[in-house]
Amino acid sequence: MSTALPIVDHPQAAKEFVTNVPRSHWHDDSLWFVRTKRDRQAQSLPEWEYLRESASAIKRHTIANLPDYLQEFEANATRMGAVVHWAADADEHNEIVLELLQKNHTQRIIKSKSMLTEECGLNEFLIENGIDVVDTDLGERIVQLRGETPSHIVLPAIHIKKEEVGETFHRHLGTRKGEADPQVLTEAARGHLRGKFLEGEVGITGVNFGIAETGGIVVCTNEGNADLGVSLPRIHIACMGIEKLIPRFENLGVFTRLLARSATGQPITSYTSHFHGPRDENSELHIVLVDNGRSRIRDSDTFRDALNCIRCGACMNTCPVYRRSGGHSYQATVPGPIGSVLGPTKDMKAHKSLPYACSLCGSCTDVCPVKIPLHHQLLAWRGVLVGKRLLAWNKRIGMKAASWLFRHPRLFFAAGYMARTALRYLPHSLTHNRLNEWAIDRELPEPPKQSFRAWYAKNRSEKQPEESR
Amino acid sequence: MNVALFVPCYIDQFFPDVAIATLELLESQGVNVSFPENQTCCGQPMANTGCTADAAPVARKFVEIFSGYDAVVCPSGSCTSMIRNHYGDYFAADDERFLKLRDNTFELCEFLVDQLGVRQIEGRFPHRVSIHSSCHGLRELRLAGSSEQMIPRENKLRLLVESLDGVEIMPITRQDECCGFGGTFAVTERETSVAMGLDRVQDHVGSGSEVMIAGDMSCLMHMQGLIRRRDMPMRVMHVAEVLAGRALPQKKAVSAGY
Repeated sequence: MSTALPIVDHPQAAKEFVTNVPRSHWHDDSLWFVRTKRDRQAQSLPEWEYLRESASAIKRHTIANLPDYLQEFEANATRMGAVVHWAADADEHNEIVLELLQKNHTQRIIKSKSMLTEECGLNEFLIENGIDVVDTDLGERIVQLRGETPSHIVLPAIHIKKEEVGETFHRHLGTRKGEADPQVLTEAARGHLRGKFLEGEVGITGVNFGIAETGGIVVCTNEGNADLGVSLPRIHIACMGIEKLIPRFENLGVFTRLLARSATGQPITSYTSHFHGPRDENSELHIVLVDNGRSRIRDSDTFRDALNCIRCGACMNTCPVYRRSGGHSYQATVPGPIGSVLGPTKDMKAHKSLPYACSLCGSCTDVCPVKIPLHHQLLAWRGVLVGKRLLAWNKRIGMKAASWLFRHPRLFFAAGYMARTALRYLPHSLTHNRLNEWAIDRELPEPPKQSFRAWYAKNRSEKQPEESR
Repeated sequence: MNVALFVPCYIDQFFPDVAIATLELLESQGVNVSFPENQTCCGQPMANTGCTADAAPVARKFVEIFSGYDAVVCPSGSCTSMIRNHYGDYFAADDERFLKLRDNTFELCEFLVDQLGVRQIEGRFPHRVSIHSSCHGLRELRLAGSSEQMIPRENKLRLLVESLDGVEIMPITRQDECCGFGGTFAVTERETSVAMGLDRVQDHVGSGSEVMIAGDMSCLMHMQGLIRRRDMPMRVMHVAEVLAGRALPQKKAVSAGY
């Protein structure tokens, strides 16, 4: 196991982004725009809910029978001439890739977007080993040039304004100072990347779907960078999480129809590329199958469905917290609702604040194209965290006290009476001080003279109210 | 029908008129309502924090108190969902007493529309209003269709509000975005919670509405707190108050009060 990760404090990490109101609003609006595009696409398909149900059923079936389908996939991929590698964790994955590169004396890698390689920290690992890695997805490249990490799994640079991209490109690509025209900036990146593509010796891609029946893999991009990235070099390394499998080719349509609509509100991604073995006898296709904790998730009845995830990012676009706090506030490869479910499976302590970075609104659950019960899983994580004593002691004690109070009705009534009385008579500055987190930005409710039960006792029942005895 | 009124703890203590309005509304529909006086809370605050061991005894006590009625009615979608969708964790799968209670616990609008078949409330509310769809009522009880799902459903709160004379429902831009209350979330993630709440209030203000109506007082308590601190031009009312014929509160951002 790698060393313990630093502990993420989501509220603290979110503070700067969310309190920068213009920026937070801009970010929220950008993602809400994507969410509404998704809604229009979903509305245009009468069979939308049927597709979601089918996708979920296919994924659950696949995950339940994963060992069989993985073996079927390996046999068929091998038959097509691909080389299949198995990696138990991130370290093994990185070693396998490095070994392949070293064996071929490769110095220059062109990469298309892959959340799996982000998860494994492949870029850093290769750079440490003296290998140049160029991300060719535009958003990923922007983030890479700025020395940042993606803040969204589909829209890696969604947190960066075009003016800021202009500054980055001015510094690294020599565009005119102050240039902020997206067309010009994109052209600059295109020209810059074209050279890298031509120099690249190995192409590394992720995998959106692996098909057990055919042994083929499918990569979906909007920029065509994956296609160019693997068409020029002789060697293609495809890194694939073991949960990316689907049983049959005919299942693919269910997912491609859901993926692009859910992700960006497009009817289909611009490029849906199928790779069945290497392209000719001089070329190589390596598929690295990575577990890295997925089997552990598969063992859990509570969290297993998280493996349904097709990484569309719809839960991020819809999440009212994510849209306002920004992806970096999660300090995780995968942010947002699904990231907050996956984070603690890797390191519970480090990610203990993430299941609480959620108002339990359930929008993610309803938007998810593969029907992961995300907000129920986030709630379930809270129970696990408390069971492992990872909730702050003051909160645990507070809940213990509340539970006790709720089991002693007379004391609860008395406490309520005292709280209302205090609120009525104490000066505002005392009840709304800085120690009262509620009241820093909000008024407390105006306390009524009597509780409902006191009113009821007086008006509707024979008994006298507790608090007037 | 012998119905028990389940009044969420914070409504009992801070918004008694919401409970009185609920009681009056049910009685005006000919329902025989009792208020079990030993009730306190359903245990949701503990459960949502993950403190299931602390929620369990509260849940057991709740079932003890509320068993034996034909139905339990609650003016909160969130607390109703706690019983219906989350109490299963605390009881055996074949616990008859619990299962009967679970299947007969209803949110107020749901009870009126689905159980009593009410389609029309006699009354007048000559105001421009806007509706806040509280999340648990929407996505856990399905009291209306959510904007994410492509499943048409009747909006029970809207149906009842719309039946009042003179009411005009103003459209908001994000029909069912969360207000950011979220229980302890409001405190642990204060900055984000406040940002979410302010955006909701602004949406309602922008619609030209005079009063925001919701089925959950917890969302309204949070937004009311934001409105009052900033003196924003919006009032809030629980749907029970509107349907029971309460007038628009005089003071802005104060529920009808008692």
